[in-house]
Amino acid sequence: METVKPDGTPRIGKGLDTKLVSKPIINRIAYGIMYVFLVLVAVFQIFPIIWLFLFSLKNNQEVFNMSPFSLPENPKWENYAKVWTEGNISLYFLNSVTYTLSAVMLTVVLASMVTFAITRMHWKGSRLVLGLFMVGLMIPVHSTLIPLFSTFTNINLIDNPLSIILTYTAFNLPITIMILLGFYEALPREVEEAAVMDGASIHHIFFKITLPMTMPVMATAAIINMIYNWNEFVFVNTFISSNSFKTLTVGIQNFIGQYTTDWGAIGATLVISILPILIAFLILSNRIVEGIASGSVKG
Amino acid sequence: MNKVLSNKKVIALYITPALFLVLALIYVPIVQTGYYGLMKWNGIGEMDFIGLKNYTVLMKDALFWKSALHSFLLALFSALSLIGYLFISIILAGKIKGADLLRKIYLIPMLLASVAIAQLWMKIYHPSNGMLNTVLMAIGIEDPPAWLADANLALYAIIIPIIWQYAGFYILIYYAALKNIPESLVEAARIDGASPWQIALKIKLPLIMNVIKVTIVLAVVGSLKYFDLIYVMTGGGPNGASEVMASYMYQKAFKGFDFGYASAIGFFLLVICLIVTYIIRRFTAANEDIY
Repeated sequence: METVKPDGTPRIGKGLDTKLVSKPIINRIAYGIMYVFLVLVAVFQIFPIIWLFLFSLKNNQEVFNMSPFSLPENPKWENYAKVWTEGNISLYFLNSVTYTLSAVMLTVVLASMVTFAITRMHWKGSRLVLGLFMVGLMIPVHSTLIPLFSTFTNINLIDNPLSIILTYTAFNLPITIMILLGFYEALPREVEEAAVMDGASIHHIFFKITLPMTMPVMATAAIINMIYNWNEFVFVNTFISSNSFKTLTVGIQNFIGQYTTDWGAIGATLVISILPILIAFLILSNRIVEGIASGSVKG
Repeated sequence: MNKVLSNKKVIALYITPALFLVLALIYVPIVQTGYYGLMKWNGIGEMDFIGLKNYTVLMKDALFWKSALHSFLLALFSALSLIGYLFISIILAGKIKGADLLRKIYLIPMLLASVAIAQLWMKIYHPSNGMLNTVLMAIGIEDPPAWLADANLALYAIIIPIIWQYAGFYILIYYAALKNIPESLVEAARIDGASPWQIALKIKLPLIMNVIKVTIVLAVVGSLKYFDLIYVMTGGGPNGASEVMASYMYQKAFKGFDFGYASAIGFFLLVICLIVTYIIRRFTAANEDIY
């Protein structure tokens, strides 16, 4: 068997060589294909939103007669000015901000108190109470809709912002407690023990020591809550009838009805409704990503 | 120390407000839903006790079963789409340049209000001016379907944006779980000569099995109670072709003012969700569980 090639290198060496060289090439091709695939998925995910933004700056003629991929000839920013001043979009926007922020603050504070009592204090029944909150995650909101509607009607809370804020809080408590739970359990016990030794009261420990330590996870939980509340539709659609109390999601739904044929105006309305969340995402994306991951997996 | 940390009054003080809200706004209404289901009631006037009649009518209601079938179809497609999401996450969690950016782009639809998504996709599906049909006509398909108005297509036309909406959410969950796998385990397998394919199938998947189970429950239960896009995009139409359990319930209550019957549907929906959760968890039983 000839083991030596004309140039003198052993054949077995060449065999090794091809293996070493060809593997990266195959890898690179596989990598390339996968990369193209991932980018295509990204295009699929983002393109409808880009298209929406494009037609929000067009007039009907451009929307209907030109390619959906074309840029607006001269951007019609007046579409935005028009929908913002006509109708109640600015009022709906303000309502969304108010309900979202009130419910988020209430939820995060109440959930922190519960999580503190469950993870840091000693008592029988803490598992049972935690279980009650966690089963809440599985309950479809639709199964509670009719009783809530009739109860709110009976106690005069129907068509009242309070009904929205309280239901948002109740339905977000389970997921918020779930997000906080893992973080609280990982906190070192020594800090509390030292505080107890120093004679601190339990309220002092919670408000002055534990709560500040949990700031990062509270921020994460708050953002997740914010996304849910900002986008919520069914409760507002069911409990609120006055225009003055509607939120952006329900407001745009009704508002768009007036613009059945004006795609530019519809596009502008939709962009206004999604812009705050998109901006928050661009600024806080790591926290949002972290929150969604921990909210659904940990616990 | 134990004295301070097991102060009953403080525990009660910290637990009660949240527990009260959850009991009053989630648990009490569930019981009420079951109770209202036994009534003939238009939502305003007197309630008439009619026993299990709503439930027996429900069992024979062809429209309800049609909507239940649609809900289960949606659940099936959502569960199947998890395979795709998992596949994408495994590639993404390999050493891919820009994985962070891609993952964030995937997530964007999840942040948008369902109402906005519904309106956007109604424009995409618009028979004459929508993006989809404009493109289809440009490539020579002369008579593309009116997606949302076509009884054979409406349900599937809605399932696509739902899959679009949640893709980033599940990819993110899988990605986070995959990234939690200690690098040393993967490295050891690689040294033993395992191919990337084997590593994914034999090492990574089993290690994130718990997370996969949770996502199956989330996707299936989430689909069974799905409502938003359907309510806005088709209202269950055309002719019930995209009706699901929740939209059927909503329509019976707030359009038909048959609150007793709608409550029976709501209660049945709850029972189905709990049973399905139980079955999935039984089938995928593990010692360690998430909630």
